[in-house]
Amino acid sequence: MSATGIGASVRRKEDHRFITGQGRYTDDINRPGQAHAYFLRSPHAHATINAIDITAAAAMPGVLGIFTGDDLTADKVGGLICGWMIHNKDGSPMRAGPHPALAQGKVRYVGDHVCVIVAETLAQARDASEAIVVDYGVLPAVVDTASAAGAKTVVHAEAPDNTVFNWHLGNKDETEAAFRAAKHVTKLDIVNNRLVPNPMEPRAAVGDYDDGDGIFTLYTTSQNPHVARLVLSAFIGIAPENKLRVVAPDVGGGFGSKIFIYAEETVCVWAAKKVGRPVKWNSDRTEAFLSDAHGRDHVTHAELATDADGRITGLRVKTTANLGAYLSTFSSSVPTYLYAPLLSGSYNIPAIYAEVDAVYTNTAPVDAYRGAGRPEATFVVERLIEVAARELGRDPAKFRMQNYIKSFPHQTPVIMMYDAGNYGASLKKALEIIDYKGIGKRKRDSARHGKMRGIGFSSYIEACGIAPSAAVGSLGAGVGLWESAEVRVNPVGTVEVLTGSHSHGQGHETTFAQLVSDKLGIPIENVSIIHGDTDKVQMGMGTYGSRSGAVGMSAIFKAVDKVIAKGKKVAAYVLEADEADIDFADGHFSVKGTDRKLDFGSCALQAYIAHKFNGQDLEPGLKEGAFYDPTNFTFPAGVHICEVEIDPQTGVTRIERWAAVDDFGNVINPMIVEGQVHGGIAQGVGQALLEGAKYNSDGQLVTASFMDYCMPRADDLPSFQVGMTVTECPSNPLGIKGCGEAGAIAAPPAVINAITDALGHEDIAMPATPQAVWRAVQKSITRMAAE
Amino acid sequence: MATVSMSVNGKAVTGSIDPRTLLVQFLREDLRLTGTHVGCDTSQCGACVVHVDGKAVKACTVLAVSLEGASVQTIEGLAVNGTLHPMQEAFREHHGLQCGFCTPGMIMAAVDIVNRRGHDLDEKTIREDLDGNICRCTGYHNIVKAVAAGAEAMGGQSMDRKEPPRQAAE
Repeated sequence: MSATGIGASVRRKEDHRFITGQGRYTDDINRPGQAHAYFLRSPHAHATINAIDITAAAAMPGVLGIFTGDDLTADKVGGLICGWMIHNKDGSPMRAGPHPALAQGKVRYVGDHVCVIVAETLAQARDASEAIVVDYGVLPAVVDTASAAGAKTVVHAEAPDNTVFNWHLGNKDETEAAFRAAKHVTKLDIVNNRLVPNPMEPRAAVGDYDDGDGIFTLYTTSQNPHVARLVLSAFIGIAPENKLRVVAPDVGGGFGSKIFIYAEETVCVWAAKKVGRPVKWNSDRTEAFLSDAHGRDHVTHAELATDADGRITGLRVKTTANLGAYLSTFSSSVPTYLYAPLLSGSYNIPAIYAEVDAVYTNTAPVDAYRGAGRPEATFVVERLIEVAARELGRDPAKFRMQNYIKSFPHQTPVIMMYDAGNYGASLKKALEIIDYKGIGKRKRDSARHGKMRGIGFSSYIEACGIAPSAAVGSLGAGVGLWESAEVRVNPVGTVEVLTGSHSHGQGHETTFAQLVSDKLGIPIENVSIIHGDTDKVQMGMGTYGSRSGAVGMSAIFKAVDKVIAKGKKVAAYVLEADEADIDFADGHFSVKGTDRKLDFGSCALQAYIAHKFNGQDLEPGLKEGAFYDPTNFTFPAGVHICEVEIDPQTGVTRIERWAAVDDFGNVINPMIVEGQVHGGIAQGVGQALLEGAKYNSDGQLVTASFMDYCMPRADDLPSFQVGMTVTECPSNPLGIKGCGEAGAIAAPPAVINAITDALGHEDIAMPATPQAVWRAVQKSITRMAAE
Repeated sequence: MATVSMSVNGKAVTGSIDPRTLLVQFLREDLRLTGTHVGCDTSQCGACVVHVDGKAVKACTVLAVSLEGASVQTIEGLAVNGTLHPMQEAFREHHGLQCGFCTPGMIMAAVDIVNRRGHDLDEKTIREDLDGNICRCTGYHNIVKAVAAGAEAMGGQSMDRKEPPRQAAE
């Protein structure tokens, strides 16, 4: 392994601009003559809009235009879309209401977009918004996930009982039979709390229109600028793709929330032509809380059947998923195909049946947030496994080991074909790191100091490397999920790699360059990674679902292979040898069995000057592209063990130890991969202990700032002990599985299993705040007294 | 409009601004120093931390007109003649950043922690003193390592330069 090659912890190439304040985020972009947009948002969760009077506002200083949903309709601008069709149990399609970018006749959640004010300055736009008079007819709101279906209040007429779909997966009859034959059944009611993704950079957009050429440009905070262009062109109708450029420059974190195509960027790019000026919008944090797509929000009843030997024989799950007031871009896929196919976890479960009802409510739309469906599935499985072990009097580690899938490939009863793994190896390593043997002593030590210590396991699996296009197409996806790459070699041998993946913290500029430099045998400084601009990169599907390594880099791998193949043809002419006799290694083309060779840069030069070959026989130049469509999902898995200490006086839970052992397959840059694990765990701990988006019964979001929504801070978290095991992924040429979401998937059940171990009962919900834990401790004390 | 003059990264600047302009707006919009970021509207996240007269300040919470005659340092002014500040170098070396958005505020806050508490910082101190800065990417693990390493490196540097910490460690 070279110092900069595959497997080396290369320091990041992109860091210099970030640590010197030279990052270029969307809000840092200012176009000449730029105006500012401010969105007037609904203060009501549910209301008819009887009239909007803009007369006074339109006359205020600096106002360039005030636009409503009617203006969009007049310009034939379509509504926002949901790109994944789910079918009901009876085969009928899901029931979806329209999703206008600016409200038409009705608002359906607090923060819904009523109209937009474009003015010379943001302050003038805000001032004008206060002069707009909206006549609302306030309606009752439906907010609660569990009771939305069949509620009197109807969010969309298209879904008269508020149910978007009732969907199922698995084999009901076999599962019922497994439960009839079970020796023991473990039952749990689970709430997976609603979260707000909160990347530190709020969403932003700058729309620009060049009247000379009729070209729109949108600078936006997107994880997938090409998907944004596709949707804005083909579905919303802003402009044909060749007349619409979308640029996602440096993006300050996404975690899923910047996948989607939102109202604000749609309106900004359209309004730029309308007012004849570039239009900028930058979300403030409260707007982000109100209008970014939220995550999770499931209510679930789950049961696990075991036989007399402690083998798991069946799992059945009934989940209600809150999708909010409108169907966001990929919302329908999250509680269905990104959720139920993961319910087998790491375990050999012969029969599984899952039912999922999705409901509309008067809350912000809910869509993918780091892990997207897989954290919800893992929480169900890992809580059930832990509780079952406790009920059966089994050691939770041994119970898991007994029930692990041990041979591969393994076909689960819920779609997935796991290709490779060694879950026992990860468990053993995690037990060593956490010093499982010493837990008894540590619990006694804590008790002596008046504290309660607990240990919790999470043996997660995820399906990522999203995804084989034909497979997802058969499940309702409206797009293919391949990735593209283009490798452009310059005449002196430096290389530009254009990728459809998008980096917003993942370090692609480094890892992708490592791959190319390693394969071509050229210095890493000679490789530049270009992404995030539809004028530069032809097409791409973006970054989410831990796909950029397994899918994005595989496309680069393929394109580099093509470059080498073309280079061999050039080298054969230059070295006057047969193409079949040309080898390529360590940055040199050579003739087998001779000392004749040509370095990569010289080969590139020869390809461009084209003096040594006839253009009829070989095209000049050295540039190759590739599209890579994966053959399967990838299946990263691992074991996280969390050890907590609870102060029963205050209810404060401190995480004392964290062992994370993950199998991500082959790893390009361990430093970056470990960083992804750390960050994922922090978000998972946030869900378990701190974070919860709360609406009151009127549909007001009462946690709409960092004062009210508790983000994990440095002193809420420990340092993590991270280890790795490796089984190569057989489903892509690099053998890599993906690491972006693992921590967020693994962490919540590990924390809650540790807390319930300490408490001695299972009655605690997320987030386990000090108040919730203190109440749960009182229950523990009452129980102990009764015993 | 109001007029304000101050020193920013060692250069004298004068602005004619709306009196409600915040320091962070003055830096970003008038001076085009976009390294200082805005991540919230409640002074919680710390993405906008700069130094005013040598102390860390959240630039979203200060009116620019209140800083007549002040000396402001932003992330853009931390490297000297192209040589990175030890804290910048430590963030890169220890992978203390991912998306980079919180990073300028983190680095400015970290330098302030060293100025206040000295060069030998334990993990607990660093975690407590980073309480005013939120990072959503790193889980803080590598930021804590970076701050400790940066603090140590600043110690080495300040001994060379004979610059003791402004205030002794508590």
